[in-house]
Amino acid sequence: MPIGKLESITAPARATARESPLMPREVPDPLPMLRQMLLIREFDERIIGLRAGGDIYGAIHPYVGQEAVAVGVCAALTRADRVTSTHRGHGHCIAKGADIKRMMAELFGRIDGYCKGKGGSMHIADFSVGMLGANGIVAGGLPLAAGAALAAQLDGKRQVAVCFFGDGAVAEGEFHETLNISALWSLPLVFVCENNLYGGSSPIDVQHRTTDIAVRAAGYGMPAVSIDGNDAMAVFEAARAAVDRAREGDGPSLIECRTYRWHFHNMLRATIPAETRPSTELAAWRARDPIARLASALLSRRTLTEEGLTAMRMQVRGDVDEAIAFAQASPFPGREALLEDVFAASCCHPARACGTHDE
Amino acid sequence: MSRSLSFAQALDEAIAEEMRRDPKVIALGTEFTGKLVQQFGPQRARLTPISEAAFTGMGLGAAACGYRPIVNWRSVTFSFVAMDQIVNQASKIRYMLGGQADFPVTFRCTSGGGLGLAAQHSQSPYSIWMHLAGLKIILPSNPADAKGLLKSAIRDDNPVVSFECVRLNDAIAAVPEGDHLVPLGVAAIKRSGTDVSVVALGYYVQEALAVAQALARRGISVEVVDPRTLVPLDVSTIRDSVRKTGRLVVVDEAPPTCSAAAEITALVVEDAATFRALRAPVERVCGIGVPIPYSPPLERAALPDRERIEAAILRVLHEPASGSTRS
Repeated sequence: MPIGKLESITAPARATARESPLMPREVPDPLPMLRQMLLIREFDERIIGLRAGGDIYGAIHPYVGQEAVAVGVCAALTRADRVTSTHRGHGHCIAKGADIKRMMAELFGRIDGYCKGKGGSMHIADFSVGMLGANGIVAGGLPLAAGAALAAQLDGKRQVAVCFFGDGAVAEGEFHETLNISALWSLPLVFVCENNLYGGSSPIDVQHRTTDIAVRAAGYGMPAVSIDGNDAMAVFEAARAAVDRAREGDGPSLIECRTYRWHFHNMLRATIPAETRPSTELAAWRARDPIARLASALLSRRTLTEEGLTAMRMQVRGDVDEAIAFAQASPFPGREALLEDVFAASCCHPARACGTHDE
Repeated sequence: MSRSLSFAQALDEAIAEEMRRDPKVIALGTEFTGKLVQQFGPQRARLTPISEAAFTGMGLGAAACGYRPIVNWRSVTFSFVAMDQIVNQASKIRYMLGGQADFPVTFRCTSGGGLGLAAQHSQSPYSIWMHLAGLKIILPSNPADAKGLLKSAIRDDNPVVSFECVRLNDAIAAVPEGDHLVPLGVAAIKRSGTDVSVVALGYYVQEALAVAQALARRGISVEVVDPRTLVPLDVSTIRDSVRKTGRLVVVDEAPPTCSAAAEITALVVEDAATFRALRAPVERVCGIGVPIPYSPPLERAALPDRERIEAAILRVLHEPASGSTRS
């Protein structure tokens, strides 16, 4: 099968009779997509300062530079579709429709966070919008997404699942196992590889003999494309083809999105990590800014004005300000929360049952 | 009313009954016993490739989306290939996500030695899972409990690991008719006694009962407690028994270091009232801390047996060893 061409994921003909609220729009409105990309960038640029200032704890992995992938893919999904994400997951959350107030509260470790402050950046989830969770383990979310796809296949409600992962995950066994089993069972699943050329801080050619991720799919009998991951509309087109294919019961496909992260791999303490990548490489990729690209296309088509763009930037800044204020106002969880949520409510905590922690 | 079933038949029956009862119950595994595929079709009884990490995570993912998967690792040995999905995902996911979803998945595996399968396939690693907050653990010792506990595990809204001792596979005993459920977290006094409490796990419940019967002929009254569930652990039943008898022997085939036997011992001695009731040091009769060897005499030497159980009981009773159970 052809590799690296959009045509290799053949979308089935869409029968009008099958259109339903579950189906996404044929062509998405690019303005909300642009706004979402701006919001992701604003959110993840702002958290760097908040981490440096000690308002956020632990590790953060900014998604800046990769916004077109999350937004392009999620524009092809409905609310009922499900996604799993990675350690660099804020963009996927926002694109799938999560509330940035509750995301920020989670980063602040507060009770109004999505996980009541128990998960932090790497575990944000919002089941109500089909966001099944970021994940601190490289490739850890792939089998979970395949499970969601299995549930969707059994339910027969034409839902699909998407797993986002990086080029680093391709070296993990869970990647290969999940491609094989999902192709074997024709699961309604879309593999979205964000190839940002680095697994952690290690360059892709240090990790893979074959740095072309899309070719891996052929070994599992699965169509794949390799696309410019900084072109939101190209990502949407590829995702729509793959999602349609999955929705029609024709099985999984893989989309390799070539992209680049603008910042460090992660920030674990107050200091911003030093840049280790070549400055020429960084400059070349910054010149391919996915936001500037979509914005200039819309400006030249007069779908957007400069004033409109400025207003949009101000708006997302205000949204993130609001999210920060919400997070700051939210209390920290009380000590009683420590023992809650380990097990479903119907069950007692084993520590309580055995009486070793009488709190 | 009851009828006789083997341990394996009882487990098969539990799964078939739960799949019949609830269409959301599905099975994933590389091989099925019983007639699952014929009874429920290949959609619900899914034969998987040998991809433990993938199908363990898929069980969890499907559980998050409204299903109740039963994931069969077959031997617990193979579960180690899926450790990321068990340790990093299944045991922590509900808590990490702030309880916004339940993950009703049952993981089944066989465990234990005694069949000459050598080190990799003779493991009893339940304490590894006990150590993680977030997984329930059942460890039945007879066919009736196996069926009742597994049915409860499938209905439970949490990840549950079912350890099924290989040496019990062909054990036949009475199993009640009907919808037989055994609640998780409730120990069973398998034999009442007054002189010493023996807390035995899995296969060693029947061995402890055999020793208790032999010692009864010598006027020694042994109480045999079967926790049945390691998480949650019914510590009050264990402590009550020890407070009554004043003596405790814990029997398990896992090696003693950081084991279920260690945890049970600690939970007994750290409770002031139970500690004060103790009239002798606690004894643990466990597997020897080596990879289980293949050669039959070596394997026998590595695993607990009736002689070691009896000797430990007599030590805590300050009785001289007599070899009454020696064959």
